[in-house]
Parts: sequence; structure tokens; C-alpha cells
Amino acid sequence: MGGQGTTAEGSIDMRKMFVPLLVTVAAMFAAAPVMIGRAPLESTMGLIQKIFYYHVPSWMAMYAAIAVCGVASAMYLFKGRADADDYAVSGAELAVLFGLIGLVTGPLWGRKAWGVWWQWDARLTSALLLELIFVAYLMVRKFGGPGSEKLAAATALFGTATAPFVYKSVDIWRTVHPNTGVVRTLGSSMPDAARPFALSAIAFILLFGVLLTLRVRLARQQHALDELYLAEEDR
Amino acid sequence: MFLRTALLVLRKDFAIEMKSLEVLLTTLFFAVSCVLVFAFAFVKDGRAPEDAAAGILWIAIAFAGTLALGRTFERERYSETLRALLLAPAPRAALYVGKLLGMLALLGVAEGLLVPLVALLFQASAWFSRPLLLLAVLVGGTVGFAAVGTLFAAMLVRARSRDVLLPILLYPITIPVIIGGVRGTAALLASPADEVTATMWIGILFAFDAVFVTLSLWTFEPLMTE
Amino acid sequence: MHADFDSVRLVDVSRHFGRRRALSKVSLTVRTGDIVGLLGPNGAGKSTLIGLMATLVAPTSGEVRFGDRTARTMGPGLRKAIGLLAHELHLYPELSARQNLTFFAELYGLEPGATVDAALARAGLTERGDDEVSGFSRGMRQRLALERALLHDPRLVLFDEPFTGLDDRGVSLVSDRLRHLASRGAIVVLATHDLDLADGLVTRVALVRDGRLIADELAASGLRARYRGAVGSA
Repeated sequence: MGGQGTTAEGSIDMRKMFVPLLVTVAAMFAAAPVMIGRAPLESTMGLIQKIFYYHVPSWMAMYAAIAVCGVASAMYLFKGRADADDYAVSGAELAVLFGLIGLVTGPLWGRKAWGVWWQWDARLTSALLLELIFVAYLMVRKFGGPGSEKLAAATALFGTATAPFVYKSVDIWRTVHPNTGVVRTLGSSMPDAARPFALSAIAFILLFGVLLTLRVRLARQQHALDELYLAEEDR
Repeated sequence: MFLRTALLVLRKDFAIEMKSLEVLLTTLFFAVSCVLVFAFAFVKDGRAPEDAAAGILWIAIAFAGTLALGRTFERERYSETLRALLLAPAPRAALYVGKLLGMLALLGVAEGLLVPLVALLFQASAWFSRPLLLLAVLVGGTVGFAAVGTLFAAMLVRARSRDVLLPILLYPITIPVIIGGVRGTAALLASPADEVTATMWIGILFAFDAVFVTLSLWTFEPLMTE
Repeated sequence: MHADFDSVRLVDVSRHFGRRRALSKVSLTVRTGDIVGLLGPNGAGKSTLIGLMATLVAPTSGEVRFGDRTARTMGPGLRKAIGLLAHELHLYPELSARQNLTFFAELYGLEPGATVDAALARAGLTERGDDEVSGFSRGMRQRLALERALLHDPRLVLFDEPFTGLDDRGVSLVSDRLRHLASRGAIVVLATHDLDLADGLVTRVALVRDGRLIADELAASGLRARYRGAVGSA
């Protein structure tokens, strides 16, 4: 991992990435024993509550990814910046990835804590919809044929614009018709959880940053490969 | 020039549709079939679950609307008339508005049939005791759905797999319309009608409409240029 | 005729679709009175060039200048001066010939009445004016489409493979029309892979192959012999 840097033009020297990668790994290694050992057990839920240290930071990373995808898509569509498209697709893929982590950990937590896998609460439901939108983004890119980058960019823009409406309407929809009456309070009554939580949050954000950098680099190398193919055809 | 162009496009689409009424009739028939399928799915012992009418109405609008969107833009694909429209010396967003108005007219007629039909089949005649509020919910929801749908249908005209991509893109993004439409019309079914809730949802729907019509107007030209 | 510009210039224009390169660093100038033949095999990039000049396609890099201004600075009004006829013909089959022409006339801000009648007459379709286009033969549709494209008397006339499916009479009608337009000061660009039909019609030749402009010169007689090697094989 910390070895030779590639010398192809435009690529990022592996060693430049090593430092943030090291910090990430160190942060996560440090966070794990802290979380497990020192964090207090929540009174009603017990051990399962600790999934919270993965669940919430996953959302944070997902929203960061969505923000990157949304901004990059706007720049690609309105300013025609081709490099913005690389960030857009990387952001979308990471949004789907971190969203998946959140959507798996959420029901796991819910099942153990309250007995139901899914109860249509605002956060999980709107996250599910956002996940669907960005999966749709990836499908458009894969199946849309030529010019699908622009179509996907529009999907990302519309998806980001609808997110607040989705959250608000699902929220109202649920509180007006309470079902099991369980309202989740996230980490409010446990001050000792703050430090390990902050650590995992930072670790996830850093992980997101590293994965984004890697994915954008991959996209750029694919472009470079395309250019080489074209240059070869011209000979 | 902008409004003139939009109205010319609308008038042209109207003239074409009037010749055979193909899209209108098939959309209406499809919507009615939808409602019947839901009836058989949900009616038990001769009664539908509470508020089922609201859900069934909006699902029928969404499904029939998606079909109609695909068909109206298919017309512009044949003979590539969309290119000719894009060459008009008017802001290209005017074409979007013309198509949107046509879609709203079509859905308006469909809803004119669907609302009484659903009210009849699912004992929802309470809707008609608050006609203005009902109309406001219908308009708010339909404009939101059509605004996003028209833009997506237009941008997918040249794409591969466009038939299946349209619903994949459209439904998640217009979920707030479905929620607002269903809960707004359901509120009107309560006895007495829950005007406060209905008005709140109408507000959310119109906010959605404002945001998405604007976004569509901005993105139409960059999306239609190759 | 809208005398907004005397020339259209493509400056170092490229257009990529991922790994597929449609055009690569093409620079070309077309002027009033020219009948420029964009020649090349299928897939060479001729349609993309036409699309760029029609403002339907945006370049990945480079500029398209109308006179000395770009499409963006000129706004939508620029399109009043552009006329395009492509293979697909752009006609609504459910509408009549007259309705098609009236719609496009109004779209371009023209008074339909006399303009539409004159166009129908030129296309030889006056008696069939109120019949639906879906019932027309290919030749009739072509004549109607030609009139539709030129209804607003555009300065820049772009024809993409206009001779497809035409008989000799149709070909000579189109050729005569193009010559007439050029003599009145239009900029005519004609994309075709048919060297024989372009022979004697075009005044300049722009040869396109694999997205590159490989020749840009005055037309001489015997196009087939001169360019067969370059155009013949894809």
C-alpha cells in the first residue's frame, strides 16, 4: 500500500494518498476499542445500540456523497465541465454504498431494539428513497446509451432537490398517523457517547474522502485509456 | 415569443390528438383498468379499506400518466420532429411548457373521469362536499407529477431503454406528490372533512410545483442539446 | 433573407462520446454563395458537423462562430437564419401538408397564408394540400420537407443526405434549388456519401473521415475519381 507511486501522467502518487489513508485506518482502529470498551451501555437497548456508531456516520457519509454528486452534476450540466462528471459518478456510487450500510444497520438495530424490522419512520424511509434515486442514477448511466451522463446528471439534480420534500412529507405522513408510536431519539441522553461517536463520524467521512479520491482517479485513468485507444487508431 | 411558441406546440399537439384521440382514449381505458385491478385487490366483503379511494386514485393517475408521457413523446421521435422543434427561433424551454400544458390537459380529462369513478366504486362521495379543496389538491399534485414527468420523458426520447427508465426515475422523485396527493384527498374523506390537513398538503404540493417547474425550465435546454 | 452573418466558422471543434470520437479538431469556414459538399463515408462525422452548425449539438471543445459571434451570444433568434433538412424529414404524419407548413410557418413568426400556398405550389402539392402526410409517397414527402426547411428563407441551409430515395427528377429538383439558394447569397452545406450526385453541384469539397477533416478545397470535376479512395471504404 505504501509502495511505488505510478508514473502515468495525471494519476495521483500513491504516497500522497497514504497519509489520509493511514489517518483513516488509525482513526478507525482507535475508535473500535474505544467504542466497544469505554462507551456506556444504553439502558434499554444494551449492546445493540452500539450499531449507532456505524449507522449514523454512514448517513453522514451518504449525505456528503449526495452533496458531491449534486454539485458536480450541476456543474457538468450547466457549465459543461467534463471533469465534474467524474465526481458525479463517484459521488453517486458512494452514496449507494454508504446508503446500503445505513439501510442494513437501521433495520438490524430496529429489530433488536423495538421488535420490528421496518416501521416507516421518516429517516429510514427518506433514506431508502434517496438510495433508490441514486441506484436509478447508476442504471441510467449503464443502460441509457450514449449521452446518458447528462440524463444521469439531471436525475441527480432532481433527486437532490426532492430530498427535503421527501423527508418533510414522510415525516408528516408518519406523525399524523402514528403506528407503533416509537420515536427514535438519536444519542441525546448519553454524553459519554459523544467522543467515540465523533471519532467514528470523522473516520467515516475520511473513508468517504479516500474512496472518492480513488474512484475519481479510476475515472480519470479510464479517460486516459480512451485517449490512448484513439491515438492508436490514428496511427 | 416564449408563450406564443408554447401555445403553438400545444395547439399542434391538440390538433394531432383530435384526429384519432388515440392517446386520450387508451390512457383513459388504462386508468379505468388500473382502478378495477385495485378494486379486486383491496375490496373485501364488498367494502374497501378506509381511505383506499385516495390511494387508488393517485396510483391510477401516476400509472396512466407515465404511459401517456411515453406515448406523447414517442410522437416526436417518429420523423424526428423533435429536432425541428428544437430548431425553432424561440427559447427551447418554451417547448417544454407547451408539452407540459398538453400533459396537464390530458391528465385533467383523465381525472375528470377517474375522480367520480373512484368515488362511486369506493364510497368516497364525501370528496364532493369540498370541491374547491379537492380541486386544489388535484391541481397541485398533477402539476408536480407532470412537470417532472414531461422533463424526464423529453430527455429520455433519444435514450436506450427509455420505456423502463421513465418510471424508474419518475416515481422515487415524485413520491412527495403521491404522499401529498393521497393524504390531501384522504383528509377530505374524513367526516367532517379535515380542511386543515388538506390545506397543509396543498401548500406542500404547490411548493414542490414551484421548485420543480423552475428546475425543469432551467435544465431543459442543456439536456436537449447533444 | 436574414443577413445576420456572411460566414460560419468552425474553429478547432471536437466532439467526443466517451471512447467514441465523432469529430477531432475540425476547422472549417463556409461562406455565402458556397455550396460546400461534406463528403465522407458513413460514420465519418458529417451528421455531427451538420448538428454543430445547426446548434443542435454542442462541441466538447472549440467554437462555432456565426459571422464573428457564437450561438450563445446570438440567442435563439439565430435559428431564424438556419434551415435543416435531414433524412428523417421532420413532418407530422397525422397532419395535412398544409397543417404541417402552417405550424412551422407560425413557429418561425411568419404569416402563414400566402407563404404556405406558395410553398405548396413549389412542392407541386397544391391539390393534395389537405391530405394527411401519412398517405404521401416518399418523393412527395421529400418535396414537402424541402419546402418546410426553407419556408423562412434561411441564410444557412444544411442538408444531410437529401438525395436518399429520390428519383432523377427529384434529384435535379433539389440540386436546382440548392444552386438557386446559393446564387441568392445563402450558405449551403450538403452532407452526402454519394459522390456522383455531388459532382457538378458543389463548389467546394470538405472531406471528412474518422472525425477528421482531411481535405478542404475547391471542387473540380470528376469527384468520384478524385475521392473514391478516401470515401469508398469506411
